[in-house]
Amino acid sequence: MQTDNLELKKLVYLYLMNYAKSQPDMAIMAVNTFVKDCEDPNPLIRALAVRTMGCIRVDKITEYLCEPLRKCLKDEDPYVRKTAAVCVAKLHDINAQLVEDQGFLDTLKDLISDSNPMVVANAVAALSEIAESHPSSNLLDLNPQSINKLLTALNECTEWGQIFILDCLASYMPKDDREAQSICERVTPRLSHANSAVVLSAVKVLMKFMEMLSKDLDYYGTLLKKLAPPLVTLLSAEPELQYVALRNINLIVQKRPEILKHEMKVFFVKYNDPIYVKLEKLDIMIRLASQANIAQVLAELKEYATEVDVDFVRKAVRAIGRCAIKVEQSAERCVSTLLDLIQTKVNYVVQEAIVVIKDIFRKYPNKYESVIATLCENLDSLDEPEARAAMIWIVGEYAERIDNADELLESFLEGFHDESTQVQLQLLTAIVKLFLKKPTETQELVQQVLSLATQDSDNPDLRDRGYIYWRLLSTDPVAAKEVVLAEKPLISEETDLIEPTLLDELICYIGTLASVYHKPPSAFVEGSRGVVHKSLPPRTGSSESAESPEAAPTGAPPGEQPAVIPAQGDLLGDLLNLDLGPPVTGPPLTAAPVQMGAVDLLGGGLDSLMGDEAEGMGGTNFAAPPAGTMPANLGAPIGGGLGDLFDLTSGVGSLSGSYVAPKAVWLPAMKAKGLEISGTFTRQVGSISMDLLLTNKALQVMSDFAIQFNRNSFGLAPAAPLQVHAPLSPNQTVEISLPLNTVGSVMKMDPLNNLQVAVKNNIDVFYFSTLYPLHILFVEDGKMERQMFLATWKDIPNENEAQFQIKDCPLNAEAVSSKLQASNIFTIAKRNVEGQDMLYQSLKLTNSIWVLAELRVQPGNPNLTVRLLAAPPRSLAHSLAHSLAHTHTDTHTPTHTHTHTHTHTHTREGRLQHQEEEILCSKSPCPLEGPRRHPRPPSPASSRAGAAVGA
Amino acid sequence: MIHSLFLINCSGDIFLEKHWKSVVSQSVCDYFFEAQEKAADVENVPPVISTPHHYLISIYRDKLFFVSVIQTEVPPLFVIEFLHRVADTFQDYFGECSEAAIKDNVVIVYELLEEMLDNGFPLATESNILKELIKPPTILRSVVNSITGSSNVGDTLPTGQLSNIPWRRAGVKYTNNEAYFDVIEEIDAIIDKSGSTVFAEIQGVIDACIKLSGMPDLSLSFMNPRLLDDVSFHPCIRFKRWESERVLSFIPPDGNFRLISYRVSSQNLVAIPVYVKHNISFKENSSCGRFDITIGPKQNMGKTIEGITVTVHMPKVVLNMNLTATQGSYTFDPVTKVLTWDVGKITPQKLPSLKGLVNLQSGAPKPEENPSLNIQFKIQQLAISGLKVNRLDMYGEKYKPFKGVKYITKAGKFQVRT
Repeated sequence: MQTDNLELKKLVYLYLMNYAKSQPDMAIMAVNTFVKDCEDPNPLIRALAVRTMGCIRVDKITEYLCEPLRKCLKDEDPYVRKTAAVCVAKLHDINAQLVEDQGFLDTLKDLISDSNPMVVANAVAALSEIAESHPSSNLLDLNPQSINKLLTALNECTEWGQIFILDCLASYMPKDDREAQSICERVTPRLSHANSAVVLSAVKVLMKFMEMLSKDLDYYGTLLKKLAPPLVTLLSAEPELQYVALRNINLIVQKRPEILKHEMKVFFVKYNDPIYVKLEKLDIMIRLASQANIAQVLAELKEYATEVDVDFVRKAVRAIGRCAIKVEQSAERCVSTLLDLIQTKVNYVVQEAIVVIKDIFRKYPNKYESVIATLCENLDSLDEPEARAAMIWIVGEYAERIDNADELLESFLEGFHDESTQVQLQLLTAIVKLFLKKPTETQELVQQVLSLATQDSDNPDLRDRGYIYWRLLSTDPVAAKEVVLAEKPLISEETDLIEPTLLDELICYIGTLASVYHKPPSAFVEGSRGVVHKSLPPRTGSSESAESPEAAPTGAPPGEQPAVIPAQGDLLGDLLNLDLGPPVTGPPLTAAPVQMGAVDLLGGGLDSLMGDEAEGMGGTNFAAPPAGTMPANLGAPIGGGLGDLFDLTSGVGSLSGSYVAPKAVWLPAMKAKGLEISGTFTRQVGSISMDLLLTNKALQVMSDFAIQFNRNSFGLAPAAPLQVHAPLSPNQTVEISLPLNTVGSVMKMDPLNNLQVAVKNNIDVFYFSTLYPLHILFVEDGKMERQMFLATWKDIPNENEAQFQIKDCPLNAEAVSSKLQASNIFTIAKRNVEGQDMLYQSLKLTNSIWVLAELRVQPGNPNLTVRLLAAPPRSLAHSLAHSLAHTHTDTHTPTHTHTHTHTHTHTREGRLQHQEEEILCSKSPCPLEGPRRHPRPPSPASSRAGAAVGA
Repeated sequence: MIHSLFLINCSGDIFLEKHWKSVVSQSVCDYFFEAQEKAADVENVPPVISTPHHYLISIYRDKLFFVSVIQTEVPPLFVIEFLHRVADTFQDYFGECSEAAIKDNVVIVYELLEEMLDNGFPLATESNILKELIKPPTILRSVVNSITGSSNVGDTLPTGQLSNIPWRRAGVKYTNNEAYFDVIEEIDAIIDKSGSTVFAEIQGVIDACIKLSGMPDLSLSFMNPRLLDDVSFHPCIRFKRWESERVLSFIPPDGNFRLISYRVSSQNLVAIPVYVKHNISFKENSSCGRFDITIGPKQNMGKTIEGITVTVHMPKVVLNMNLTATQGSYTFDPVTKVLTWDVGKITPQKLPSLKGLVNLQSGAPKPEENPSLNIQFKIQQLAISGLKVNRLDMYGEKYKPFKGVKYITKAGKFQVRT
């Protein structure tokens, strides 16, 4: 081995590499030579030695090689250093621990700042490879200095080195748009490289960093223009390269369609393209189709539809349908093209055409029904389930215009059990539709299909759907009509687009396998390796909202239905084709259990509460914990005169702001793809706000937050957009106070204080509902004039009155009064009757409803009795009864049990967080007029009360 | 990075394998064969196949599959580019990239693969450097080798790898210093039934053959460099000079290489040099059809169009064709249904035509699809885009080289729909 003959040395090394593994003991003998060769004066021999060393995959040997490797990493000759850098990666593959212990990783990191570009490239390559097997290790933490080094090396290293460096650059997150631009400027020349892998890696860097550039920038436009030619050039390469390029272009076109919008023609299919290239080109053609080029595209597609390859022809026919859905102006032409194709009578063309025509009907209902006759002619030739199902759907949907619809459907029914599930389900629905449209002549048919579906079928889906229809039809045909024949949501071309968050992630993976599969690496990279999620950098430019069309306009006109909700209906419609009826407008109720107790605040709930009065303390008592913090100074001497009372009230009243409930979890992370929202409502100095705590429990960064409220009883609406300044990285929590106003549109909710909220972020839109405490709606000028109070008290009709008792509130009148004042419930008068303190209070809601209250405090009895009167014309007393309870004696933390015990001890039961009131007969007289009011049986007014609010 | 490479021939034999890391069993190729079976046609095998533990990235070149195995997330283009580079190198070394040539030179093949990739990282892919490391086989050398027992492994280590211009070896010496450039343009076009152009573009390349001593620094300028707005360069070209002055300035590699490739796509610049009159029709309910095509010159800039070949993939129901050609000869392969008409030159006085009858399978329905005509031709001494080299200057060396530029225009994917 210690020969001077280079040729011989090479051969011996080659032998060693291949046979060391089988004879490890012998291989050890070679160590000395390596050590010696690593000190050879000839750098090429040093490099050869270090290169061969790494290829000997024998554990015992590796540790002896550390010393020579360390020397070579610091060698004066760049060729040796660059070879040694790769050797670290080889060694890491064999024994990762050893490499870390020996500190080779740090040496490798130092090599990134090497003066020789080849060394830099190889160091980057080695680090990337090591980093891939240890995603947690922060090997490639780049800073502006090292980025600069990389960019310098980029110009001078080999093409393969350029790929490594560009891929490494793509994982860097520039700190601002200027840095992003300067990197882009230095990467752009790579677009003219002959090696397509270099070009695509450069495209990746540019696509990613472009995200940070403002669209107003001139440079942004220049960059867009520069990106098109290299992408097109990739298409003239070998078919394999074309395929990978096309898969990536597919992503790029979805992200930034403007880049290639004028290059439609390069995607025209050549007849000798391999099929995998043809199909990809077709897909991109549709994505690029627009009003401007639709004529060309259609002409091409029609041409393709007569080709030989069946798969391709099918896809071309589908593409025509997609064009119709995408470009509205072209729909008519597309339909006529499809009709032409149907005339050819080529079986698979006809079937595909019918499937896409069904979609066109769903997009443009009542527009192209004239073609139905032609479709019906081809009924017999359909043998594929999808086409049959589509045809049946059309017949059912337009049964009233097809004279012999019943015959047609009956013909399908004959072989019902031989059909695929898809067809069976569709047939069932279609016949039910037909029945609802022409009930007289099709009764027998519908009976037949229902019995086929429910009695003779093994398929649970089919049976269930059959039963649903059966019951629907037998119980309420009108409702059935409303459900089955409801208007369907229109479909849009969005369906075949990649979901935006996934798309953004994939853009970061341009040029990799992920981009070929259009799946994030986590979906297919093998198990043990952790996967680092990548995301596009946030834009730092100013024109944010203008350029992200999908961002729901924050603080949109209040009262507008959350625009996103119909998507649910759409989904349902698609899933089942059940025609379930108009989309559910209310978001699912996901309120935390704590708040559920308030549900029976109104309406029926209150009626029953009032009914309970007869039994004295009814079944709905909300015991409260002892408010031990306040001295129970119950027998406080209080003057008898009203004047005194007024004086007193002015003295108390701490203005520290109203009661704030602790934050409750409104939206658990499980239901919102990792976003957890908890919050509460506050009222401070006249302004209402919603204090939110957003926690990102997902693995990816969240951004683009927006919020919308559904219409609600008091017109609550966000006064400002939801502002989350930085993207929310995993495990980060951000606290936001969202100012609210009450100028939104009003709709009565049940319960009255229910608030339905939609929160959007870059991942999805989430819905939850919560109950807000009414006291946030008590305005500061709710103190009524004394005379006015008297007059109003008299005027309020009986049905606007409610009474209940608050238990376990060992406060004296003064303390109660001051606490209530903090929540804008003002004490107008106070007097002492038979040893009881009577407090007369007023409050005003944001919608100018006045509420008057009488509060009786008995010394020694921890229970308070409350009488509530809501001022006409709007009667609100009932709903307020409970909200009042929210606002005081808030010193204890609530527990959330749901048991109901009639105890006056310190047991807590709170069905409501701070519910301490109970309806009770009150015999106390009106403060100024003596006894006047008596308990009345509950009246329907209680439900009217809520309605009045909504009015 | 690239783990292993398998070379597979058309009949599905793995005739060569090379592993750069640990050995991956041949059985991994079963997934490839599966995909191949599904694809029916060899050209339609998808280039990226995923298997439970590996990814197979393959290219199809010269009736051979180059299948590489990778285990981690690697840019597929990187792998595909590398595989093409391997095939190019074989071509360069053995004159052809065929199973026989590879089998004959199996030792050199292994030596090359070893030098090209180190642990999956590309090491030396420049033909100049490789040839310094491993000498290409020549008849003389193989005779000498068999007598003296020496091998092709060079006894020098590649000096080029140390320099800042890795593509050129040091100490080049020629007695005749020459620099030749071939400007080759291919027209890709789709012409529709009526003869109007659906799509046309020019793919151009400038291939160079440089045999100059020492370290010459060349600059090549064009009469109309504006034509070139979409270009890919050989790494030797100084991009900044091009950006600022539109001049190609470079220290060339030694020997043959592709200097730039470019694309001219604006339609008005793409002249279509030939037209085809065609009339192919099949009669309903009869087992024959008519076939009639005529070719004529269109915008040929006064040059002769030669080497014309027309290839037509006839529909499956066609049994046979009875044609007469006014010029050249035709063949019809009844198995593959491919009609080839070798026309030769066009003389404007008498336009070549091919007409006659098509026999169809009796009883078969009239074919739906109309065959596309695929046309090949060549025009010497013309770059159809109008690109012209202005001058070539050499700096850095004292001698005066011979210089030459040749232009040629060819049909690329030139397709006429009928």
